[in-house]
Amino acid sequence: MLKYILKRLALLLPTLFGVVTLVFFMIALAPGDPARVMLGERASKEKIERLRADLGLDKPMSEQYTLYLKRVVHLDFGKSIKSGQPVMSEIRERFPATVELAFCAMIFATLLGVWIGVLSATRKNSWVDLTSMVGALFGVSMPVFWLALVMIMIFSVGLNMFPTGGRINIRYYFTPETNFYLIDTFKYLFRGKPEYFLSALHHLVLPSIALGTIPLAIIARTTRSSMLEVLTQDYIKTVRSSGIKEGRVIYRYALRNALLPVITVIGLQFGLLLSGAILTETIFAWPGIGKWLYQAISARDYPAVQGGIIIISTCFVLINLVVDILYSVINPKVRLQ
Amino acid sequence: MENNILLSMEGINVHFHTRRGIVKAVRDLDLQIREGETLALVGESGCGKSVTAHTINRLIPMPPGVIESGKVVFRGEDILKMSEKEIQALRGTQISMIFQEPMTSLNPVFKVGDQLADVFMTHQGMKKKEAFAKAVELLDMVKIPVPEERAHSYPHQLSGGMRQRAMIAMALASPNPGLMIADEPTTALDVTIQAQILDLLTDLKDRVNMSLLLITHDMGVVAETADRVIVMYAGRKVEEGSVYQIFEDPSHPYTLGLLNSLPSNRKYQGATRLEAIHGNVPDLLTLGDGCPFRNRCEYGDESCDRSFPGATVKDEGHSLWCHYADRVKKDKDK
Repeated sequence: MLKYILKRLALLLPTLFGVVTLVFFMIALAPGDPARVMLGERASKEKIERLRADLGLDKPMSEQYTLYLKRVVHLDFGKSIKSGQPVMSEIRERFPATVELAFCAMIFATLLGVWIGVLSATRKNSWVDLTSMVGALFGVSMPVFWLALVMIMIFSVGLNMFPTGGRINIRYYFTPETNFYLIDTFKYLFRGKPEYFLSALHHLVLPSIALGTIPLAIIARTTRSSMLEVLTQDYIKTVRSSGIKEGRVIYRYALRNALLPVITVIGLQFGLLLSGAILTETIFAWPGIGKWLYQAISARDYPAVQGGIIIISTCFVLINLVVDILYSVINPKVRLQ
Repeated sequence: MENNILLSMEGINVHFHTRRGIVKAVRDLDLQIREGETLALVGESGCGKSVTAHTINRLIPMPPGVIESGKVVFRGEDILKMSEKEIQALRGTQISMIFQEPMTSLNPVFKVGDQLADVFMTHQGMKKKEAFAKAVELLDMVKIPVPEERAHSYPHQLSGGMRQRAMIAMALASPNPGLMIADEPTTALDVTIQAQILDLLTDLKDRVNMSLLLITHDMGVVAETADRVIVMYAGRKVEEGSVYQIFEDPSHPYTLGLLNSLPSNRKYQGATRLEAIHGNVPDLLTLGDGCPFRNRCEYGDESCDRSFPGATVKDEGHSLWCHYADRVKKDKDK
């Protein structure tokens, strides 16, 4: 098992190298001169040349590439052209917000989605099944921004149950260490300020539901079809004929087999949420990486774009690794190979 | 005689409601299994053998299946009137079942020993550790070598024969077994393993004193293991008798055809070569109330279409259901 994980980790290196290379050349070969963008239309030729030299843009491509590789190994993505801050420190500030949101959204989507999927499969063609599958269809087709706005209208503005945006009540001041607010505020639970943690949690509810709706629907549908297939298998007949209770047949014997394709879907969806939460982040004023990356792209802030893409792809690859490991934990056939 | 009857089915009718219409899978079936007896249910695919078996432990998928009428009396109680809980308590303890495909009948993501242990935990309230030890004991009983190790294996690490042994062990996980239903237990195995599994089954049957309902289309298996035989065709029982009566004196045209289509030293009705039963199995959707074998039968005529015949008793315990039982007999005696 350990050998398998180590082998998979070693295989990560060439993948990441490929990602870095691809990102570098895609940006470097894209039309448009960052120096000109930064200095504006009317900047003089000398000024632009000087900035190009500062940024290293005047060197041959191969040299730029090796320099870039060296810096990336040290997690140095350069300075953001727009803000002048090191890209890495901006990412460190924003990416945890996105991960936290995506994580909560996935927990919501997975727990509810698997449960609905199992319920639909075991009551195939009943009204429970029909309702939840029509609901899932709505969930997949619903534009996220619309759902988010409606939720804000009903639960924040109308019922005043949840905040409209942000990560925590702005009156609660603390110095973030990890920038995962749930982790940062956790220690305040025991220091007589549980409201910090609760506020962070409270702020997560609506955005998590909004962001989790599409994955929820996809997970529910995948679970249902996978479960339906597993329930026709001989080994389910076997446990039934040996008198095991139906609940145990479903949740212990069938579900474990049915989860295999579901885990793949969960991994893919999680990866997508990490990069694609721009709309949700914008609507809920969530200071995450999606919005930041979008702004960096519009401003041709190349170092920021490169850094952001590399970090997101790394996470994507890591999630896939976790999925594969989970796969081998659940399916003993994978473990041996 | 009457006292040692373990299971009796009376007037069983099982229908399946499909999109194309109603399939009458089992019709007016009566059968009895005595204590310690091996009853073989013989017939080709789709003749209702497996449906009969699943009626006994009530695992017919409903819908689309419906048990229209009949009684299944097991140890004095009608199984069809039991609550789900009561039948669950019978399954795996007094009525257990093994299937055709050992390859797919064990759950691929659980250790063999854990799957066995779960049966003990469910029915006998054992703790995990005790149940696992019991599972190892059972694996030993079905002659799996190094049972301690095999209990920790996953199904894909076992051979087909070993998996079928593990399945049999699972069916034995009870202090008081009554009936074991073996649904084509050897079809997916090669011949030497088949023989071993059949030996094991007959041996275990005597050791723990249970009855065996053997479902098969393999006449060789029947001759080797069964005490009594019921021949089924298209949902109907067509002939019933002891294994000697069926092989010495097959009397229904279908049974005769079945035996003459086998490579064997013995031929019936003067057949000199392998005979095929011409024609095909009728479509169960459109089948009327007459004799289902009529279209493939050399004796069949209009009167066969009108109704299904009553029993003709040939001998004690040997009956057949054919309008022309006498003519078939005369031809045989020629």
